[in-house]
Amino acid sequence: MNNPRQHQSLILRVTGYFLLPLLILFSLFMLLRGHNEPGGGFIGGLVAAAAIVLYMIFSDVKAARRLVAVDPRDLLGWGLAIAILSGLPGLFLGQPFMTSQWMELDVPMFGMLKVGTPLLFDIGVYLVVIGTVLTILLTLAEAED
Amino acid sequence: MLYALLGGFGVAALAAWLHRLTGRHSGWILALWPATLLLYFLSFLPDINSGTVLFFYDWIPSLQIRLSFRIDGLSLLFALLISGIGLFIVAYAGRYLEGHRDLGRFYVILLAFMSSMLGVVLADNLIALFVFWELTSITSYLLIGFNHEDASARRSALQGLFVTVGGGLALMTGLILLGQVGGSYELTELLDNGDAIRQHALYTPILLLIVLGAFTKSAQFPFHFWLPNAMAAPTPVSAYLHSATMVKAGVYLLARLHPALGGTELWSALLGTAGAVTLFIGIWLAVRSTGIKKMLAYSTVMALGTLTLLIGIGSEQALAAAMAFLLAHSLYKGALFMIAGIIDHETGSKDLRDTGGLFRAMPVTAVVAGVAALSLAGVLPMFGFVAKELLFESVLDDPRTWLLAMVVAGAVMTVAVAALIGILPWYGQPVATKKIPHEAPPALLAGPVVLATLGLLGGLFAPWVDQHLLAAATSAVAGTPVNPDLALWHGINPALGLSLFSLIAGLLLYRWHDGFRTATAFTDTLAKRGPERGYDWLMAALVRIAETQTRFFQSGYLRYYLMITLLTSMSLVWLVIGMKGDGLRLHLDLRDVQFHEAVLIFTLMAGAITAARTTSRLGAVAALGAVGFTVALLYVMFSAPDLGITQVLVETLTVILLVLVLFRLPGFLKLSSTALRVRDAIVAASVGVTMTALVLFALDARLYDSISHWHIAESLPSGYGRNMVNVILVDFRALDTLGEIFVLALAAIGVLAMIRLRAEDKRHE
Repeated sequence: MNNPRQHQSLILRVTGYFLLPLLILFSLFMLLRGHNEPGGGFIGGLVAAAAIVLYMIFSDVKAARRLVAVDPRDLLGWGLAIAILSGLPGLFLGQPFMTSQWMELDVPMFGMLKVGTPLLFDIGVYLVVIGTVLTILLTLAEAED
Repeated sequence: MLYALLGGFGVAALAAWLHRLTGRHSGWILALWPATLLLYFLSFLPDINSGTVLFFYDWIPSLQIRLSFRIDGLSLLFALLISGIGLFIVAYAGRYLEGHRDLGRFYVILLAFMSSMLGVVLADNLIALFVFWELTSITSYLLIGFNHEDASARRSALQGLFVTVGGGLALMTGLILLGQVGGSYELTELLDNGDAIRQHALYTPILLLIVLGAFTKSAQFPFHFWLPNAMAAPTPVSAYLHSATMVKAGVYLLARLHPALGGTELWSALLGTAGAVTLFIGIWLAVRSTGIKKMLAYSTVMALGTLTLLIGIGSEQALAAAMAFLLAHSLYKGALFMIAGIIDHETGSKDLRDTGGLFRAMPVTAVVAGVAALSLAGVLPMFGFVAKELLFESVLDDPRTWLLAMVVAGAVMTVAVAALIGILPWYGQPVATKKIPHEAPPALLAGPVVLATLGLLGGLFAPWVDQHLLAAATSAVAGTPVNPDLALWHGINPALGLSLFSLIAGLLLYRWHDGFRTATAFTDTLAKRGPERGYDWLMAALVRIAETQTRFFQSGYLRYYLMITLLTSMSLVWLVIGMKGDGLRLHLDLRDVQFHEAVLIFTLMAGAITAARTTSRLGAVAALGAVGFTVALLYVMFSAPDLGITQVLVETLTVILLVLVLFRLPGFLKLSSTALRVRDAIVAASVGVTMTALVLFALDARLYDSISHWHIAESLPSGYGRNMVNVILVDFRALDTLGEIFVLALAAIGVLAMIRLRAEDKRHE
């Protein structure tokens, strides 16, 4: 992949452009449905990372970094911070660290929606997974040059 | 109470920022915090004779760890010293280190230390006490090594840390044993339970462990060597940590636990001997040194030995003497250290021989030094005199005459040291110094002036000090109400005679101290073979062992790491099965295996064998991929869709990863000989057999009910989720997941560092 423009497949590129947003959406879908159906932050994170890696393959590393906009290493930090943060509300209520807190929101058109700290925690996991995969893969891909 | 203690850590966290904000006068601003604490603790003073005040806060209730605090005479005495001297030290440091680029950091550590030290003396819970105890060791380490660019400062810091934390380890064991034996971790209950503890079979180990912790902290022989080395710290630190407060933590602990552990023959022998030997060696080395700070440091060792000795004797009078001596010592030694700092700061001299005739340039400092030195020498009417009288009286009552000999010899040399510090730099021929000397600014002088004056007032109003503070402190140490009746004048008695004798002999020693120093030079060779050699030897041995075992285990070859890990875990598994595996059965039943499952298994095995045998790297990757996807299929078939999805995704990413690194690897060579490959095959096969056997055994033996039922039942009602796997991951066992994502993040950073560093290396070539 020293010069990606030379040996790239047109099919991959065209389908890739269409797949990318779908995959990202799918990863969010996986993240959100995780509590009731197969999915969750870990799987969602892997899907999102795979989508970005796909993008990296049919364009190049620099473009992939531009696409993510933030440094993947920052994602690690933010993910961990969010995950830890999600454990704090329990502390303020006098319960052990990481005790989950839930509340029910009445969202118009959707009915009752249960939101809780585990979702926040899962978002943290999601970010860490994306950060880890991208940090490793993007660095490796860059090291080629 | 909790705010008074933990607030200090908050102030410490803000200190660097406050320093940047207030600039030159940050010392005075930050000194407001210890001043507030001092007022707070002073408010307990009027009621101190009416009993102990307790405060409770839960910390880790399941482990019986509480943040409980007690204020009685002993802890109040210490708290007042810590906050009172701390007030002047912070102000002093602001001027002493003015313009130092790390002054902000200095404040942070100093204030954190102050809070930790208050925690040690106020804690009622043993575990809380220990946590604060270790915090003081760590902050002390950071403060000794404050000039971290100086190799000897770093070495001294590390030495202090190793010695005190090594002792801390023993202390922790001792405290836990004490808690188990005494049935509680609360001092309040333990102190009333002394008889039961002393008669328990574990009394001796408990005492030895705790005493070890206290001795290392309080620099008792043979652990005294770290304290003089700790003088590498800036002077305010030496004045505060290494004379007035932290090194007294060990003494505090012994005094505190005296009602629970004291009074036995072992106690008296152990503490009496160590105290007397420390006293003598400390003051001997003090007279023999010429560096001002070294001399003060060794005389601090002497004071710590005296305190240990007095607590070891344990009579009511001895305990009263210990409390009086403690107070007197903190006052004059704090002042003298700060004066040593002033001399250094204003003249640039650190050695007594480089000073002289400074009285003309800095009269106030000279007078203050004189007053403090009088208290050190124990001259009427200073508070030091009261303490010294009590010391002589208690030792006279003890049957061991050799203790008396040691103490008197120590007193003689103490007088000589006091004279050296109180007279030599100030009078006589002026000596040319590096800087032109001038009077110290108020921030530097405030501490010595106040402390020395208190030492004088304490002597004049000894009965007042006694009634309002020391009686309560002594009662707390004794465990019963005691009225020690401190007074300046005890009448003409043997103690007064000894006092006079030590004064005259000490002055004679001062007169001929140069001759004395040359005459006793032979002890230097002895000192070189002292316990510090043992420490050095131990450290060198530790490094050698670490090197050897690192060379053995860290070969740098992944295959050996894998082999060691696999073989070790395998042997451990078989060891346990061999020892406790009676009645285990292999649950081998192949009747339920469906046809498609068998096909999958064979695909899996074929993939694995191909991966191991192929001669093409791409082939190996593909074969491994086949294995991975088959496993994913298996997961799906056994209704674990989450695992299946994860496996598929991870396989995909792994293939991409391999593709990225593939062409960077050297050509696919057959590196290992057939014999090595056979060995590897045997290892691999036996590990596989072990794991299979383990699973089959586990299927048969169920010691406890499976937790899955609980998970299935509770997933929706308590976790609000139908996907059990996810509920477990993010709710029931979220802490595990948190740990795992930390590992993930660390792995990513590791890979990043490895690749980046290599790339940089290449660029340099």
